[in-house]
Amino acid sequence: MKFLCVECDRQMQFEERQLPGDGTLAAAFRCPACGRTVALLTNPMETQLVASLGVKIGGTTIEPQPMETVRGMVTTGRDDAFDDGKGETGTGKSPRPAWSPEAQERLARVPNFVRGMVKRIYLDYAKERGIAEITPAIMDTARTELGLEEM
Amino acid sequence: MPLNIRTYRDLTEADRSGLVDQIVAQRRRVADRLATVRRVLAVLSGKGGVGKSFVTAGLARALVRGGRATGVLDADFNGPTIPSLLDLPVARSTFHDDAIEPAMSPEGVRCFSMALLLEDGRPLAFRGPETEGHVWRETLEAAALREFLADVAWGTLDQLLVDLPPGVQRFQELTELLAVPPAVLAVTIPTAESRDAVRRALHGAVERKARLLGVVENMVGGPFTGSAADELAAEFGIPVLARIPWHPTPDVWDAIALSVRSTS
Ligand SMILES: Nc1ncnc2c1ncn2[C@@H]1O[C@H](COP(=O)(O)OP(=O)(O)OP(=O)(O)O)[C@@H](O)[C@H]1O
Ligand SMILES: [Mg+2]
Repeated sequence: MKFLCVECDRQMQFEERQLPGDGTLAAAFRCPACGRTVALLTNPMETQLVASLGVKIGGTTIEPQPMETVRGMVTTGRDDAFDDGKGETGTGKSPRPAWSPEAQERLARVPNFVRGMVKRIYLDYAKERGIAEITPAIMDTARTELGLEEM
Repeated sequence: MPLNIRTYRDLTEADRSGLVDQIVAQRRRVADRLATVRRVLAVLSGKGGVGKSFVTAGLARALVRGGRATGVLDADFNGPTIPSLLDLPVARSTFHDDAIEPAMSPEGVRCFSMALLLEDGRPLAFRGPETEGHVWRETLEAAALREFLADVAWGTLDQLLVDLPPGVQRFQELTELLAVPPAVLAVTIPTAESRDAVRRALHGAVERKARLLGVVENMVGGPFTGSAADELAAEFGIPVLARIPWHPTPDVWDAIALSVRSTS
């Protein structure tokens, strides 16, 4: 899938992605010549098809987690299927980010089957950017930046 | 006047959206993980209930007894039976670097199965829109197969046996994910009905350039009559590697393991 600005005859570049949370997805592409932006909007079925391929429209900047698709998409997984440890990976030198109470609450609502992985992704994201405290707003930004439809 | 629009292939600028690049990266992860696996062996029949899983488990045990590092990937996501056949302990899956440790049977067979992840007695179910489930479900199962191959720390293995569900779909997905087609071990029971189903599956495997190692005839000496194994062997020019009676003893499995090893 590519976008061409027909007037400028230039390939448009991925700009940003938005996940409204209702199963749909928006991805914006910009023409490097004239600056015009168009958005690709996918319905839940199309969004699901892309997600089930394990790819992200607009790409992603982080390595996939082990069994990311299975953990993100299976709804009948056992609560204690994975031993995620403390959820820390990454070798960054920066200190471990803290979780605001609201962020903790939100994390607690994530099913156990996938929670350890979600936690690790947010921690890695925050560490990489030197963020000291993870808040729901940070979680939202991370979700769209990383293209985590399923989280 | 129609617009003058360049074609998809004319556009060559890098775009980080590149879905194709992401698919290529997925394939590379599979290949990297399997670089230490000497051979991937698909256990295939095309027919349900003939003993694919039973044969896979017995063969894996015997290979390990013979000193060969062996793994079993249970690719039957909707009816995973390998963990109980291998007496796998129920335990949480742990992580090892960027991968998940396979479960280990008491004899030392490394294994991964959907049964290790699912809540007891619940079927495999996915999140997703209510409609057109069949369309994305197949894609998700193929993604699960890819992750079972790429994200399990299989380590150095002589053979990775893949226990397939009935039908041909999963075999096709497996072949598409691997750099070289898997070797194929066909399992049949003696009947003509089984022969016909296995024949179709084997033709599919040949079309995909998989190497057929041979055919194993299971449930021999019981109520099933026929000569499926001999007929399939003659038709495809492959050996009958074993005939397995009901409730085989360990020495039967050891003999099968030897003949499978001799096909390397
Ligand atoms: N030689 C044998 N002796 C005794 N029991 C056997 C033998 N072969 C298979 N069985 C039993 O028959 C049943 C069916 O075998 P199995 O589950 O291995 O078949 P399958 O081909 O894997 O089935 P499916 O297509 O559902 O995956 C199982 O209960 C298995 O333990
Ligand atoms: Mg089976």
